[in-house]
Amino acid sequence: MPLLIGVPREIAAGEKRVATVPEVVEKLIKLGFKVAVESGAGDAANFSDDTYRAAGAEIIEGAAKLWAASDIVFKVREPAAEEVGLMREGGTLVSFVWPAQNPELMQQLAAKKATVLAIDCLPRMLSRAQKMDALTSQAGVAGYRAVIEAANAFGRFFNGQITAAGKVPPAKVFIAGAGVAGLAAIGTAAGLGALVRANDTRAEVADQVKSLGGEFVKVEFEEEGGGGGGYAKVMSEGFQQAQREMYAKQAKEADIIITTALIPGKPAPKLITAEMVQSMKPGSVIVDMAAERGGNCELTEPGQAVVKHGVTIVGYTDLNSRLAKQSSTLYGTNLFRLTEELCKTKDGNINVNMEDDAIRGLTVIKDGTVTWPAPAPKLPPAPAKAAAKPAAAPAHGHGGGGAPASAGKTAAIFGVAALMFLFVGAYAPAAFLGHFTVFVLACFVGYMVVWNVTPALHTPLMSVTNAISSIIAIGALVQIAPPLNLLEGMDRPDGWIRWLAVFGIALTSVNMFGGFAVTRRMLSMFRK
Amino acid sequence: MLSPSLATVSYIGATILFILSLGGLSHPESSRRGNLYGMIGMTIAVLATVFGPRVTMAGLPWIIAAMLVGGSVGLYAAKKVQMTQMPELVALMHSLVGLAAALVGFANYIDPAAAHGLSSAEKSIHEMEIYIGILIGAVTFSGSIIAFGKLSGKIGGKPLLLPGRHWLNLLGLLVVIVFGWQFLHAESVSAGMIGLTVMTVIALLFGIHMVMAIGGADMPVVVSMLNSYSGWAASATGFMLNNDLLIVTGALVGSSGAILSYIMCRAMNRQFLSVIAGGFGTSGGTPAPAAGGEQPPGEVVAVSAAETAELLREAKNVIIVPGYGMAVAQAQHTVYEITQLLREKGVNVRFGIHPVAGRMPGHMNVLLAEARVPYDIVMEMDELNEDFPDTDVAMVIGANDIVNPAAQDDPNSPIAGMPVLEVWKAKTSIVMKRSMASGYAGVDNPLFYKENNRMLFGDAKKMLDEVFVALKA
Repeated sequence: MPLLIGVPREIAAGEKRVATVPEVVEKLIKLGFKVAVESGAGDAANFSDDTYRAAGAEIIEGAAKLWAASDIVFKVREPAAEEVGLMREGGTLVSFVWPAQNPELMQQLAAKKATVLAIDCLPRMLSRAQKMDALTSQAGVAGYRAVIEAANAFGRFFNGQITAAGKVPPAKVFIAGAGVAGLAAIGTAAGLGALVRANDTRAEVADQVKSLGGEFVKVEFEEEGGGGGGYAKVMSEGFQQAQREMYAKQAKEADIIITTALIPGKPAPKLITAEMVQSMKPGSVIVDMAAERGGNCELTEPGQAVVKHGVTIVGYTDLNSRLAKQSSTLYGTNLFRLTEELCKTKDGNINVNMEDDAIRGLTVIKDGTVTWPAPAPKLPPAPAKAAAKPAAAPAHGHGGGGAPASAGKTAAIFGVAALMFLFVGAYAPAAFLGHFTVFVLACFVGYMVVWNVTPALHTPLMSVTNAISSIIAIGALVQIAPPLNLLEGMDRPDGWIRWLAVFGIALTSVNMFGGFAVTRRMLSMFRK
Repeated sequence: MLSPSLATVSYIGATILFILSLGGLSHPESSRRGNLYGMIGMTIAVLATVFGPRVTMAGLPWIIAAMLVGGSVGLYAAKKVQMTQMPELVALMHSLVGLAAALVGFANYIDPAAAHGLSSAEKSIHEMEIYIGILIGAVTFSGSIIAFGKLSGKIGGKPLLLPGRHWLNLLGLLVVIVFGWQFLHAESVSAGMIGLTVMTVIALLFGIHMVMAIGGADMPVVVSMLNSYSGWAASATGFMLNNDLLIVTGALVGSSGAILSYIMCRAMNRQFLSVIAGGFGTSGGTPAPAAGGEQPPGEVVAVSAAETAELLREAKNVIIVPGYGMAVAQAQHTVYEITQLLREKGVNVRFGIHPVAGRMPGHMNVLLAEARVPYDIVMEMDELNEDFPDTDVAMVIGANDIVNPAAQDDPNSPIAGMPVLEVWKAKTSIVMKRSMASGYAGVDNPLFYKENNRMLFGDAKKMLDEVFVALKA
């Protein structure tokens, strides 16, 4: 029995997107589902009821009827309280939910025994999840639109021209934050011919900035002991100071500033102060993409475009709705990819497989039980990053599988060890015990020191330990010519011992010199 | 001349330097310094011994002569060795340590000064230490020689499985224990010599037998295991000579080698003990008869170098999986030239290294480093195995078992359960091989018959040169 996917009209003020588009409807039907769309759902995004009907969807008048008929509901914005009220008991909802910000909504949905997949909770670092990543697709659209808004408010060309009517300098665009939105903005602005500069606290995005035609502006401050690997860490006061100076300089030079800096779970950082705005050339434009979270500019008024000190500050929070057709198409495709993952059998039924890392992350409520937040997905740890984490687990455990041994096994090992020690303690003379202590401790030191070696260095490590094991030369050295007073009155076969020892020394020297030399040769080849 | 206390203090300093050395070798940034610490530590230890209270000046000419000869041989070998021959060199060097340990043991036994003034219990312990020291030394020596032979191709890589080999080993152990008893109760040195000699012969045979029974694909484990043995041999010698520096250093090397072996075994999803006990895939009894027998369904599609270049040119994401074949053909430099060319064209090229690719741990990394491939595009298996579905071309150069899907699909395969690089999930995989022969594990590879797989037959170096020329054109 194929399930019915229902797509209601978005009721949030100013929201023009719709959760599916006609071309996606066709694909959903191919997966075996039935699709129903509320009448007028796509109007704001220029998809008429007729186009949906032509794609095979059923058009239902009125939200109440649609919600009641749907097994699965696709939405863009998180549902309002009255929409949850319309929802069918035990139904499935796929939409943005923001569970951290909307605890009440989560309770209402759980009370409905619903299964909720929050597209914003997707584990984005899983590479196979990228096709479902709606945050990325929407951010890309917003970044594009931000440049268009800036161009609209800006009184000049973006590209430089030399015409019969005079020379036009290119617009200088500065983009703060090179995430998805920032990168989309860089590409768009560069495509229009502007000179684009961008900055991000993560130095490793510099190449991405360059690849899109932008110039990466570094903060002139070396973070000391920078762990590398690009692990985002709290920047020091010195760094922040240098960053402010850099922004002040860019504000004076740039015609257009687009800010995209967001910190998860915190208000947006204030990067552009009122003074910086004042220092900008009249007619300049700031597009603050972080307006919804308080804005990166002190003078931003969320939802509005205002002119202050001669600078237009655009604080629109609905950039996606201003490009509703594109946003909807991409969002619809993201949801289609998700549906594919849910319905591998292609028979119009879904299986919310909690064993699947991507699905597990998305699922915030399963059959009325809140399952958010999901445990971190099992990712292969990127060693460079892990090493940079100051709070990384203490230096035990190699790679992923560090599960402690079972209690029984541990007990058995300890038991055997205890017996062995008992035996040694009972029979060995005191002199031996001193050496034995040293021996056991050294074994543990070796274990601790070597356990975290990077695989790339296995060969050099082995050749250096090989060189070090030529320490056995000492054994031969002390036999070659011991002090005579020790030997008084003894019949010592000097010749034999000497030749054995000399031979031993020669052998170990091969190792000693050869081992260190070859290690040196190998290590000198390792480079970044 | 140093006083005994000064010599001891120097030994402590050397010990610390050795620990720092091993610690430094854990990361590429600190590794060079680690090697330097090792050298300084060794210099201190040797000088403190030579000028210490236990050596008189009369021995100096002998010492210098022996070190000059050995040192120049070692330096020459280190300079001349090809990076592809590293495993052989390391194995050979292990054998030297083993032999030296055995020699020192013998010398110590016939030296009346060594056991002078010991009580009878202490004397027993001392002789036991000699016995064990020689035993480990001899096993290390003969085992390493065989490992060297196998790695350099002088001895075939197939495991030699004598009938009832576990019983043979057990018998050997019993004989060793019996003669050990006889040795401990020997009246004179010459009487003890009999037990000692018999044990040495058995230990040598055991070393040969042990490594002969281990299949070629397990060689990385063997090399690091022998590394560990050479450490234990040094440690045993330390007990024999009452020398803490030897004990500590030996234990460091021994435990580090043991851990490396363990890491290797885990990378292959094998039980440590069953690898040591020998034979590939023998834990289930007989080696699977399917090896090379029935062919997986599908057809083998061969391509030319020009077509390979075409595939590479159109790719956005490329993952190169090198194996022992690349080392044999010395193709790492050409591989890097191709990599550079592709990267200039904006292709994302990465290397996927299986933990046991090659013949010793980290073998591939060393070769690629020699070819100056930046180590940040050389990834471990776990780092990029998820990315194969997004990869346009996966190029396998002279590797076989580490990309065999049978490890995942066929529970009866001898390599079942071994983690493998999932190259067949890439849009296209290209396998460069000399022929359709099976890998070291002797298992047929269903990858070759997959629809999206192409075979490029020929010597890896020659074929890659042709690919490079075609790419440049």
